[in-house]
Amino acid sequence: MPEVEVRLTQVYKAFGNDATGRRVAKYVEPGEGGLIVAVDHIDLEVHDGEFFSLLGPSGCGKTTTLRMIGGFEQPTSGKIELDGQDVTWLPPYKRNVNTVFQNYALFPHLTIFDNVAFGLRRRRVPESEVRQRVGEMLELVELPGYEHRKPAQISGGQAQRVALARALVNKPAVLLLDEPLGALDLKLRKQMQIELKRIQQEVGITFIYVTHDQEEAMTMSDRIAVMNRGKYEQLGDPETLYERPATEYVAGFLGVSNLLPATLGERDGGYVVARLADGAAVRVPAAVVDGKSSIKIGVRPEKIRLHADAASIPDRMNRLQGRVIDASYLGASTSYLIEAGAGERITVFEQNVERTSHGSLHRPGEDVHLSWSPDHTFAVGKDGSPPAPVSVAA
Amino acid sequence: MSLFRSRRAIPYLLMAPGLLWLFLFFVVPNVQMLLFSLSEGTLRTGFTTPPEVWDFENYTGSLTKFSANFSNSIVFGGLATILTFLIGYPLAYAIAFKGGRWKNLLLFLVIAPFFTSFLIRTISWRIILGNDGPFLTVVRDVLGLVPANFSIIGTPLAVVGGLTYQFLPFMVLPLYVSIEKVDRRLIEAAQDLYAGPWRRGGLIAGAISGGLVAIALQVGLGYGSLIGEDAAPAAVLPLGVIGAVAGGLVGGLLISQAFIRVTLPLSLPGVFAASILTFIPAIGDYVNAQLLGSPKTQMVGNVIQGRFLDQNDYPIAAALAFLLMAGILIAIALYAKLLGTEELTGGRA
Repeated sequence: MPEVEVRLTQVYKAFGNDATGRRVAKYVEPGEGGLIVAVDHIDLEVHDGEFFSLLGPSGCGKTTTLRMIGGFEQPTSGKIELDGQDVTWLPPYKRNVNTVFQNYALFPHLTIFDNVAFGLRRRRVPESEVRQRVGEMLELVELPGYEHRKPAQISGGQAQRVALARALVNKPAVLLLDEPLGALDLKLRKQMQIELKRIQQEVGITFIYVTHDQEEAMTMSDRIAVMNRGKYEQLGDPETLYERPATEYVAGFLGVSNLLPATLGERDGGYVVARLADGAAVRVPAAVVDGKSSIKIGVRPEKIRLHADAASIPDRMNRLQGRVIDASYLGASTSYLIEAGAGERITVFEQNVERTSHGSLHRPGEDVHLSWSPDHTFAVGKDGSPPAPVSVAA
Repeated sequence: MSLFRSRRAIPYLLMAPGLLWLFLFFVVPNVQMLLFSLSEGTLRTGFTTPPEVWDFENYTGSLTKFSANFSNSIVFGGLATILTFLIGYPLAYAIAFKGGRWKNLLLFLVIAPFFTSFLIRTISWRIILGNDGPFLTVVRDVLGLVPANFSIIGTPLAVVGGLTYQFLPFMVLPLYVSIEKVDRRLIEAAQDLYAGPWRRGGLIAGAISGGLVAIALQVGLGYGSLIGEDAAPAAVLPLGVIGAVAGGLVGGLLISQAFIRVTLPLSLPGVFAASILTFIPAIGDYVNAQLLGSPKTQMVGNVIQGRFLDQNDYPIAAALAFLLMAGILIAIALYAKLLGTEELTGGRA
């Protein structure tokens, strides 16, 4: 069992609904004269040396959670522990945690060297050691030779690296990153994602990374908590989240999924037979429906194969019939929209390996057969819609 | 081609009225003044250019003759600038950082005195601080804190106080603008990077600067005895100690490292602008010295005003005006050099 570096216990944060100009979380309509709940009783354990992401749309409470770990906000209730020590009420400068801010927040009046040295000097590290550690850190982020420039004289990508160096040079127990790549263009983002992962592995520090970009989170993270309305809906490694989303929200936030309402039927070996609205039977791994009474079954678009006739479908596959409504050529793949028996719309991505040189394999209006492996089927609770808005009377 | 030409002319056309205005009302009068400052005579006798064209007798003579007034101007203007800064920076900081929704109202209150005439305000101070005014009635008659013959009006204290009051908005507004501009996230970043309270450094720096300011004020106000006022002798030591203790407390308890390392350096351009905007009108002022001071507290402005309007001695008045202007320009150049404005702006080209 890996060591727990950060532990959040029932952390709850509500903002006053007034116009003081303070940061106010946006996701809940404020109750009449009430409070806005940003973080709703979260329990979280982040392990030592792990790359952990908080993923969710804007206003889901991910940044507030990060700011509470950093010490910039105090929870309304709950406890935050760092390395076993209760830090809930400690100011930022007393926490062994550093932050990479969304807009880098480099000090414009200081040189790159002085920016990176800022934390060390506040901790009264001897100047010779400061020089050595700043030099090493600029080496790590591949910016040697930039010591004497001012932040205004470097590019966004470089500023990003300086912000990272400025935080990492202090050797914090945990590094907090608040959408650090948000301001970069796509190409630079991709490059920095790989770079960040490399640096994290090199220094071995726990990273807690806040982002709204699912691809970014999947690329870098060891584990991800998908947040919605002040809670996380599912926590797991990227593969589990993608292959076995637990809620409709998670299924929709990470990639595209087809969700079909179904009623649960009899057990068949390791599977449960689920019946769709038109009576078609689909097998679902028993493990994913455990504890759920009414469900929606789900399957990712790229897991589905299309067949012109049913005879070519291997045994033991889930199968459905449908009609092609739309086909869009996307280069690497073709995206089909299929209408199934009871009018359900199903999206299918087909790799263009089998594509002929003339037109789509299947044309709109064509009847097709769909097949996919039962093991690729997941299930979400039918009532797995996001929890109702929370508002607390003042 | 003609369209192209006329387009290129547009900026010049836009500037033309302003340039014409400046030429007529700035360049022409200044050249006129320069000529006056090099001539002799009065309005009645007429002005004549002395035999040698470049005769600086007016300048050298004025410098020695009115040295007391120059020194009054520098001391009063300088003290007023220091005082407005000491009062203005915390005020501007509080409005910018803690003003919340009251920000605009507070700023309005800072400039509210401007809605009353400068003269009226100065005359009211004369009444408030006068020997039979409410302030002394309470402090002297009711509380008995000062001797019966104590007065404020007519002393350097009154002049410096008046200047400080008049020019406080000139200090607060530029400071407010530059403090308000400081990105709060930079302060969070500093706190994140272990910038906590500034206890030891604040205590030492606060004590030293508090002591120095207190001594400067005491010497400045005790300056009355130097120019022949029968003012109380300077209590340099006790006041210095009080200032040091106060400064040390403020520095040690209120000032954070984030303020010293981030907010203050980033607001220095505002400090520069504000102190110049305060110092220039303060050093050239004559109304406060006229209405709140005594003949011994006359500043250069008073002499210039008297020479121009009462004695019609244009040459001396013009020479004094140029001397004052040159002094201010040199002071600002030194100040800019000291604060290094290039560095202040973050090196942005």
